[in-house]
Amino acid sequence: MSTEVVCELISADCLVDRVRALKQAGWRLVQISATRLPEAVELTYSFDRDRRLANLRLLALSGGPGIPSISGVYWCALMYENEIHDLFGVVIEGMAVDFKGNFYKTAIKHPFASVKPPAAVKPAAAKAAPPSPVPVTA
Amino acid sequence: MGYFTLTRLALKWALSKPVTTRYPFEPRQPVPGSRGELAFTKESCVYCNICAKKCPTGALVVNRAGKRWAIDRLLCIQCGCCVESCPKKSLSLTPSHGTIAITKDREWF
Amino acid sequence: MARTIIPFGPQHPVLPEPVHLDLVVEDEKVVEARPSIGFIHRGLEKLVEKKDYQEFTYIAERICGICSFIHGQTYCQAVETIMNLPVPPRAHYLRTIWGEFSRLHSHLLWLGLMADALGFESLFMHSWRVRERVLKIIEATTGGRVIFGTCKVGGVRRDIGPEAAADILKELDGIESDMREITRVFLKDRSVKDRMCGVGVLTKEEAYELGCVGPTLRASGVSQDMRQLGYAAFHELRFEPVTRTDGDSYARCAVRCGELFQSVDLIRQAFARLPGGDIAVKVTGNPNGEHIARTEQPRGEVVYHLKANGTKNLQRFRVRTPTFANLPALLKVLQGCELADVPVLVLTIDPCISCTER
Repeated sequence: MSTEVVCELISADCLVDRVRALKQAGWRLVQISATRLPEAVELTYSFDRDRRLANLRLLALSGGPGIPSISGVYWCALMYENEIHDLFGVVIEGMAVDFKGNFYKTAIKHPFASVKPPAAVKPAAAKAAPPSPVPVTA
Repeated sequence: MGYFTLTRLALKWALSKPVTTRYPFEPRQPVPGSRGELAFTKESCVYCNICAKKCPTGALVVNRAGKRWAIDRLLCIQCGCCVESCPKKSLSLTPSHGTIAITKDREWF
Repeated sequence: MARTIIPFGPQHPVLPEPVHLDLVVEDEKVVEARPSIGFIHRGLEKLVEKKDYQEFTYIAERICGICSFIHGQTYCQAVETIMNLPVPPRAHYLRTIWGEFSRLHSHLLWLGLMADALGFESLFMHSWRVRERVLKIIEATTGGRVIFGTCKVGGVRRDIGPEAAADILKELDGIESDMREITRVFLKDRSVKDRMCGVGVLTKEEAYELGCVGPTLRASGVSQDMRQLGYAAFHELRFEPVTRTDGDSYARCAVRCGELFQSVDLIRQAFARLPGGDIAVKVTGNPNGEHIARTEQPRGEVVYHLKANGTKNLQRFRVRTPTFANLPALLKVLQGCELADVPVLVLTIDPCISCTER
């Protein structure tokens, strides 16, 4: 059942080109997931072909430049991108349809953007902080 | 393409008894094995507090000194977590859904 | 031609859940649909920071009231993979059986709602009459009608004894013949076909590119079913994904009708091969690692992205529900459709808004 897939760590500049190459090779966009890390938001792009997963990983630094949108390549990515923008406050540039923060009607703006209090993060979490290409099983 | 495809089914059920029950006049029979109301047996309880610690919603309160046990019926989700963890088997889930809780207070035993 | 915007929802008779679509219409033709969700966003993904990873099974299961069991199962599978737990085979088989029962009741619910949207009230009642028989089995074996509560990290909580299994298989025969009568109406009746044939066509390429999942994708001719990954006991059971090639509303309905009988067949196979032994293993320690788990829900592929850091709370819990993936396709099929077809089209992707708004 499980095939080992390595998360490929890429930079924001080459994201769209990489995604375009994957689309041409017949991969389907499965999801875009965001994880709040102490100083950045980690984005995981998952693609599927013949029930195998490939993952791209990208770091969006807080206060850093925006992330280019891939909705020009995969139109359906606009749902995930608007969601990440509304919940995590990550700036995504050039979305096919930009809801401008109105995709989710939440009482608090960017509810998932806050960092966990340090007390909850035990020293074991230090390993996860430098985002190395971790093997993700799928 | 078919026409009147439901007729046979409709006629069959027009002539048989309804599957629904006339609820308030005819009480619902509890399904055996259903997770219903949480029942507490005071005699065997040792007030160890394990159930209160295990409860995922925090519906249970145990007062060890006063030998009292309480449940907030509106918080209880009938998951059976406390039943599994009780060392003295003082807790059980009855198949009946019990009476409806209408107040937000705890029921003390 | 002047354009008018007609709001669809958040409260609409066809859907019990709040989703809002702004329909830009020209005459009776829909030109564009703009969704807005988030009316009932609950932030369950954030709650993972408050509840420990074992308690969270209850929350994962309550993401949705219809596909609840498979949500819990996927969550448990993800945690088990991270912790490398040897889940007993019997637990895998029981999960498969309950998962298929949950698919049965979900598809029967959908068929009922579909009949209701078409204005075929008596068919709606008959679908739900059959669904009630499935729910009785579920309640007797798990203790809950829709929230099963039997999955836990490391296995399952309840067992199905041999007498109960025999009773279930007997009842299943009755359910199957009931379902045959009902699906015949859905697939053959003129009034049903008139509303669904050729409405909301998604081609194979469109469906794949828009990231559709589940019956919506299979109705367009893509043979993809996450059960082929072989999670739980599916690697030992024989089945072929139900597919159709037309890609219209009728094809999506036919796929779901076909999957009803596929589920019955899978339940029979699973009972025939049900191994003995334990139903759960003891769980100690905390998970540390990352996993993306995928399973097939009644509505399609669900993706769980779990990230754990060795504490009792997970670092990140992310769910991509099938409806979320099917929404872009819905927006595409709504473009250019008749206003009167909107409720039918919204229903054909089997939207589950409470899943989407986890």
